[in-house]
Amino acid sequence: MTDVLVGIENLSRDFDVSKPWLNRVLENEEKKFVTAVNDVSFEIRRGETFALVGESGSGKSTIAKLIVGLIRPTGGQILFDGTNVATRGSASMRQLRSRFQMIFQDPFASLNPRWRVKDIIAEPLRTFGVVEGRAAWEKRVDELLETVGLSAKDGAKYPHEFSGGQRQRVAIARALSAQPEFIVCDEPTSALDVSVQAQILNLMRDLQDEFGLTYLFISHDLSVVRHMASRIGVLYLGRLVEVAEGKTLFREPKHPYTKMLLDAVPDLEMTGRSRQPVEGEIPNPIDPPSGCTYHPRCPLANDRCKREVPVLKLHENTKAACFALEEGRG
Amino acid sequence: MTMDSERLKPPGLWARVFDSDIWYSFTRSKVIMAAAIVTLLIFLGALFAPLIAPHDPFDMASLYLMDSLTPPMWEEGGNPVYPLGTDDQGRDILSAILYGSRISLAVGFASVAFAAILGISLGLLAGYMGGRVDSIIMRIADVQLTFPSILIALLIDGSVRSVFGGIDREQSAFYVLVFSIGLSFWVQYARTVRSSTLVEKDKEYVQAARLIGLHPLRIMASHVLPNVMGPVLVIATINLALAIITEATLSFLGVGIPSTQPSLGTLIRIGNDFLFSGEWWIAAFPGAALAILVLAVNLLGDWLRDALNPRLR
Repeated sequence: MTDVLVGIENLSRDFDVSKPWLNRVLENEEKKFVTAVNDVSFEIRRGETFALVGESGSGKSTIAKLIVGLIRPTGGQILFDGTNVATRGSASMRQLRSRFQMIFQDPFASLNPRWRVKDIIAEPLRTFGVVEGRAAWEKRVDELLETVGLSAKDGAKYPHEFSGGQRQRVAIARALSAQPEFIVCDEPTSALDVSVQAQILNLMRDLQDEFGLTYLFISHDLSVVRHMASRIGVLYLGRLVEVAEGKTLFREPKHPYTKMLLDAVPDLEMTGRSRQPVEGEIPNPIDPPSGCTYHPRCPLANDRCKREVPVLKLHENTKAACFALEEGRG
Repeated sequence: MTMDSERLKPPGLWARVFDSDIWYSFTRSKVIMAAAIVTLLIFLGALFAPLIAPHDPFDMASLYLMDSLTPPMWEEGGNPVYPLGTDDQGRDILSAILYGSRISLAVGFASVAFAAILGISLGLLAGYMGGRVDSIIMRIADVQLTFPSILIALLIDGSVRSVFGGIDREQSAFYVLVFSIGLSFWVQYARTVRSSTLVEKDKEYVQAARLIGLHPLRIMASHVLPNVMGPVLVIATINLALAIITEATLSFLGVGIPSTQPSLGTLIRIGNDFLFSGEWWIAAFPGAALAILVLAVNLLGDWLRDALNPRLR
């Protein structure tokens, strides 16, 4: 058994954004593609929380959906415990599916409004045949509801009778029901109030300790990530620009983009160090900049950054993709 | 947290019905109450026609040609045995209306059910699968929409009869009508369901179901379908009135139910021949019954549409 639970190798995903066929023929246009995820490689170790951070449109959610198989990759592969997820022999895939789950961003959309909570939670259980018989799954659902801090009586209610935080607890109970090892959390707290966020995050950490779960945690909120993550990957325009241990990344960020992101986080300590304001926006991914896609916003960019694409290289304890770092320009 | 266990118990079905917004809006409008009562009366009349009708218009042995063309009982020459008069074969108009609305309602319900099942399935399939499946289904729907429903019904009726020339018309007429009316109404359901499905399928609860590897058909049936049924109910009610009218029109044109088992439309057609010779009651009473039935069902449909529309509440 290896230490690595999920291995992502050169993962890419394009989306077809061309106009309809007739328009293309009449207006004489080529097909257009957006590369949402571009040659991303990283690995998630058993028992850790790997966080992906990045601005809107950086490809975070696309990676989440690729990993759980909701969309297929254009290139590269995803290895779950050594098995390629993309080549899906249905029997082995079914077995594999029961080992990972996902918690979604919007707890108001992720629960079917016409289903009772107990049926929602029981669906993975019954699909994978974890328990036999109605009495058995109802008992398991009651346990799950109590595990996530709800009452067993809540199973008979409908989702609209719950608050956002409670709904997210239901979603967590559903994710846990088939006893997965790996849970992809796609911004699980971004739709919640700050006070509720903390409760949900603490619940997720407790569950991780209790069941030995591995998390892929996707967020744009660096303070949440700091609380949760053991390792962090920073995404920019579909590329991974920096991967480091959580503490290392926050103490000494290497990539200029990571530095800018961290500078943008407000804190109460008023460290006194001069901050670099956020400049510009994430470029249009249909027509990304040449070379290092960050060069138009980067204070350290030179001609080489406009021509060549940097790759992840080890700098001390941090992997970063940056020429300025390689050449010691920073 | 301790709560009164009485309050935690979910309320019964009737309690929920009487507590709902829809019941409230129902009790607020006298017109809707009246429409509902009229519809209910006609339904009951049709359902229990063999019990309450004074005569059996299908029983040839009980007809007396001597009594044919008797005017309504309050007119001169009227006979209290036939309250609304008789037709050219001596059939009691009141009984014929009761039995006729039975057939009209049966055709209406059956064709609406057929259209709804066909339209909902195809709409779900088109919306959920997308791509080529969607294009093919919706282009067929577009083509179908360019033909008026009466024309489609006439076409199907004609082709069925030429293909299965030998079959007994009295038995086949009902199914041919249901098939042709249903086929001309499915597009509306398909379009509505498809557009709702497009919204629902991208919601995360559908993704959660896909994640655990459920079959697409199962996801469509158990997750998407319950969430797209709201508007379908409204269309079905409004379509019921339309289907009854279409059936009456087809029967009036002579391609519907044969005159041995007259529906309301057939009765009106028979009466039409006598309209200018003074026997107005043969067409007028079935016509009035049809108008009242369609009006009541239509009012109910309109009300249901408004009552279920969250933006109008």
